[in-house]
Amino acid sequence: MELVQAFENYLVSGLGAPWGAYAFTVIKTLVLILCIVLPLLGCVAYLTLWERKFIGWIQIRIGPNRVGPLGLFQPIADGLKALVKELIVPSGSNKFLFVIAPMLALAPALAAWAVIPFSPEVVLADVNAGILYLLAMTSMGVYGVIIAGWASNSKYAFLGAMRSAAQIVAYEIAMGFALVCVLMVSHSLNLSDIVNGQGKGMFADQGLNFLSWNWLPLLPMVVVYFISGVAETNRAPFDVVEGESEIVAGHMVEYSGMGFATFFLAEYANMILISTLTAIMFFGGWASPLGFAPFTLVPPFLWLFVKMVFVVTLFLWLRASFPRYRYDQIMRLGWKVFIPITIVWLVLIGAWMQTPWNIWK
Amino acid sequence: MNIEKIVFLGFAAIMLFAALRVITSRNPVHSALFLVLSFFTAAAIWMLLRAEFLAIVLVLVYVGAVMVLFLFVVMMLDINLDRLREGFWSYLPLGATIALLMILEMVLVLGGRYFRLQSVPVPADPGASYSNTRELGRLLYTDYVYPFELAAVVLLVAIIAAIALTMRKRKDTKYQNPAKQVSVRRADRVRLVSMPSEKKD
Repeated sequence: MELVQAFENYLVSGLGAPWGAYAFTVIKTLVLILCIVLPLLGCVAYLTLWERKFIGWIQIRIGPNRVGPLGLFQPIADGLKALVKELIVPSGSNKFLFVIAPMLALAPALAAWAVIPFSPEVVLADVNAGILYLLAMTSMGVYGVIIAGWASNSKYAFLGAMRSAAQIVAYEIAMGFALVCVLMVSHSLNLSDIVNGQGKGMFADQGLNFLSWNWLPLLPMVVVYFISGVAETNRAPFDVVEGESEIVAGHMVEYSGMGFATFFLAEYANMILISTLTAIMFFGGWASPLGFAPFTLVPPFLWLFVKMVFVVTLFLWLRASFPRYRYDQIMRLGWKVFIPITIVWLVLIGAWMQTPWNIWK
Repeated sequence: MNIEKIVFLGFAAIMLFAALRVITSRNPVHSALFLVLSFFTAAAIWMLLRAEFLAIVLVLVYVGAVMVLFLFVVMMLDINLDRLREGFWSYLPLGATIALLMILEMVLVLGGRYFRLQSVPVPADPGASYSNTRELGRLLYTDYVYPFELAAVVLLVAIIAAIALTMRKRKDTKYQNPAKQVSVRRADRVRLVSMPSEKKD
């Protein structure tokens, strides 16, 4: 703390009053961003290993176990391999858009972390309109896929891009409505307030915090949000955008080396983001599930991490269990099942909140 | 020159460039992408004015949904530029009128001091705890609830009309009923036949 204060004083004395303060703010924010993004990319790398191990166990295999002890260096080896491979830009492609598309896929997935509260008071930007910001950022991720598909100048890539555009617009609506239910019961768009609001109520007073969280009164919304999240991240069983058996790899078919790897980073970063959001919106965020001694001693950050890992593992379990959806069934599920369910539940919650049995005062 | 002005000028320059490229670029997909960029910079400028709700909704609705569908259509169509240029002179009078009207509106907005704008007091700084979203919601659902609901009904009518206009029934479409498919049992499809095994001659 003293060191930070000394650095600020040094900048202010060196550059003059307003400019020194601005420079300090910019440098401080950049350092904080690095503090979030670097561990996040580490999580992404080890999520790929966890996925291969976990699906291996489900399918009674061992999974990667050759690089390092228990295969722990596998993500590093994969990363190095992608890094040293040649970047091929197809001759008929639009070069600028082709190169920028993977970055456009990754950037929104990282930018959304600015408003995520990791524990009480630990958040990069504690903004009032947190949920709105998250919805805006996650809705921009589709541009990476669409631009990649178009700039590649390939039929397969283009088909993938078209599928992705239709699918993401469809599921975004259900996802948004599920979050509207959350903000109605929390009376706030701020993520810290949403977490704090879940720690109150009849059960929380008796120390059974986990029964006061949003997942119980909003149970259908948890299901809708999670499944829409799987569809938004283009994960199996909603991975028709890649659809290896029909359009080889969709938008990624022309990419090689690090361009291809960046799309993968974006996909896994999005998975971790959706999981963390599910934990924050419905499973009490950093709060401990039980309000007494051994549980409350665990640092809040660790609870959030445990919940995130739990939801991410659900993603992997889903992938290992179900075959791919047919495209018309994906559209039907989004438009004809999820959106009506969310609208009905929205009206129901609204009516409930007007009755004397309102539990969210 | 304070920092807000520098940031504003940066965003304004990007926005002007993007808006110009929307109408000058030869490729329609590039035009649509530049439109996305200009929407995004407009949102950033609104953010500078502390209108966070409007800024985020612009990104959410226009960048996140409308322009995605727009790109979807523009990418699918094979647009012939020569055919588009044919109507240039016939559309010019209408276009010029609209452009003149817009310039007039801009002049009225920017030349506020000739219309005694200074007699209106500058709104007080509401402070950091002021929530733009909450205030907007309160106004929309209390004071202006009837106009707001009317607008919602107009939109609903537009949605239904658009669907009714584009939906056409084809007789040869093979439609599956998922509920029926899911409720199928083995007994409906499989008939187990017990046959005596044949003897070898």
